[in-house]
Amino acid sequence: MITQIIYKALLASFILVLSLVVAMYSTLIERKVAGWFQDRHGPNRAGPWGLLQPLADGLKLFFKEEFMPASADKFLYILGPSLTMFVALLTSAAIPWGPDIVINGVVYPMQVADVNIGILYVFAILSIGVYGIMIGGWASNNKYALLGAVRASSQMISYELAMSLSIITIVMMSGSLSMREIVAQQHGFHWNILYQPLGFLIFLVCAFAETNRAPFDLPECETELVGGYHTEYSSMKLGFYLFAEYINMFISGAVMATLFLGGYHFPGIDKLGLSPNVFAFVSFMVLFTKITFFGFIYMWIRWTLPRFRYDQLMKLGWKSLIPLAILNVVITGVVILLNQ
Amino acid sequence: MKNLTNRSKIVSNKKMSFRERIYFPAILGGMRITFGHLFRRKTTVQYPEVTREFSDIYRGKHVLKRDDEGRERCTACGLCAVACPAEAITMVSAERKPGEEHLYREEKYAIVYEINMLRCIFCGDCEEACPKEAIFLTPEIVKSEYQRDRFIYGKDVLVEPADPAKRVDVSKRQTAKVLEFKKDKRYKHNK
Amino acid sequence: MFTQYIFHFLSVMALFSAVMVLASKKPIHSVLFLTMTFFAIAGHYVLLNAQFLAVVHVIVYAGAIMVLFLFTVMLLNLNKDERSPKPLWVNIMAFIAGGMLMLTLIGIFRGYDIQSLQDPMSTQIGLVKNLGKILYHDYLIPFELSSVLFLTAMVGAVLLGKKEQI
Repeated sequence: MITQIIYKALLASFILVLSLVVAMYSTLIERKVAGWFQDRHGPNRAGPWGLLQPLADGLKLFFKEEFMPASADKFLYILGPSLTMFVALLTSAAIPWGPDIVINGVVYPMQVADVNIGILYVFAILSIGVYGIMIGGWASNNKYALLGAVRASSQMISYELAMSLSIITIVMMSGSLSMREIVAQQHGFHWNILYQPLGFLIFLVCAFAETNRAPFDLPECETELVGGYHTEYSSMKLGFYLFAEYINMFISGAVMATLFLGGYHFPGIDKLGLSPNVFAFVSFMVLFTKITFFGFIYMWIRWTLPRFRYDQLMKLGWKSLIPLAILNVVITGVVILLNQ
Repeated sequence: MKNLTNRSKIVSNKKMSFRERIYFPAILGGMRITFGHLFRRKTTVQYPEVTREFSDIYRGKHVLKRDDEGRERCTACGLCAVACPAEAITMVSAERKPGEEHLYREEKYAIVYEINMLRCIFCGDCEEACPKEAIFLTPEIVKSEYQRDRFIYGKDVLVEPADPAKRVDVSKRQTAKVLEFKKDKRYKHNK
Repeated sequence: MFTQYIFHFLSVMALFSAVMVLASKKPIHSVLFLTMTFFAIAGHYVLLNAQFLAVVHVIVYAGAIMVLFLFTVMLLNLNKDERSPKPLWVNIMAFIAGGMLMLTLIGIFRGYDIQSLQDPMSTQIGLVKNLGKILYHDYLIPFELSSVLFLTAMVGAVLLGKKEQI
């Protein structure tokens, strides 16, 4: 019992550190990729290939002058970025990061919390995610920040619907809300993306909107709203907002990989004949590769597509994605019924 | 209206076809283009390690030349100041004292010669106007400064070192053709 | 033992934030305190081994409804105290009405024989499978009726939004 608790604590802290480090280096990779897409080199001065750039950026943010608008709501102003960061880090608990590890004959699952409603947990966290942005935007007492916050909330509410509807098909197919169970059913190459391409596409688009990434980065649209909800933020508070975006990218990549790309499964999984722990490590690396792939897609899209206009965004969400998602649910239901 | 290139597209507000309305073909096309750029040669010049190649006759910082015996060529005639469209050049002339023949070639010389690098537009008219082959522009660039007054370059900066080894080479810009041009009396400033 | 402490903590949190909803000056603070109350109640659901209810509670109330509340309150610009002092008789009426509601509630709970859940983990009613079975077998008609009710509300909202075209 006590070893289980220690193991869970270790795993949780490992995942926390992992998401922070990945988010840190995503900032570098984002700038590198942006550079390559634009025929530039990207940052390459701080350390070899710019590897120390995230540290330099972090240090800069820490030592920058902290500024708080005189008319800001002091408590909420600080609560906003903290909440955003907190919520961004919560989701990783429900994701199965790999198959079980066996140490001294005791089985340790590579998942912090195997709740039987894993998907709903992810959605609950997602729906709270908007609070950090809204609170921060409102507390700054700035019209641009408020507009950014309002945009963020309406955008996130709109896309949450289509996202949940696209996930319902997965739940219908697997008959379970547990992430672990869903991954287990995608064993080998039975990936959900092959059965639910439309659902995957809808989920991908919604994931872009939920993480406030381009082309749906209207809450921080700098051409219209200066900096959006973080206009009045500086120093590490701003850093938290920017950082949370990259953590969200990482986690949403993990969720997509888990739900659609078979999680840690890969074709030929049974033929390798590895010992359980090596196998767990290999599987974890496979999952990590899939997440990295999604991270690259995020950046690729960001540096390719121009930003949507606000009415286009709402139109896409309500008039295209939601009907498509409902259609997908109906089709899946009919197919499941016919196969029974 | 005649098109200048054949790449221009007529913009219209026509109703989009279904293929255009579902966005995805266009998005994939855009992503293909950006992906191609990943492997292109990078255009950045890594500045401190690599410098961009300058033309031989790049018009940068000025130099006041000395002649072969190390005497200043400038005679403070003021033609450069007159030719200067930005009025960046000022000078004060002085008479050469006996015993200073090894310093100044002509009997009159510039005791003060200043170019305001903030005004200078690096057109090279001063170089063209100079009858004594005294002022030239060099491929050296003017360094940035923190104070504006540092940009007023005096003789201490402009005159080339007397040491023959450290002379500024202007042979690339003082070609036979240029010398021929400077003798052409059809041009006003060569008279 | 441990759950007892969590129960006390959650109850205090729920009551405190519920009071603060009324006591705080700024409407935004009220909304946020209300959200906190919802979270505390969701925590209670988890203690009762009703994880599904807890999560749905968070998604629906904290995630959607309170965000809309916040949204509206932000846009309303209620910061300036525009509320005119109410006449005395309104206050007295409100006091009487509220007091009667409280009395009714107390009466209900006094007369109600609360079965004590000795071990909440032994009941599986709050888990998604059991809840789904109950909803779609025993309470199918009320469930469908309530969804029709929601549909009516949605149609009504659209109608209100488009009233200039009618």
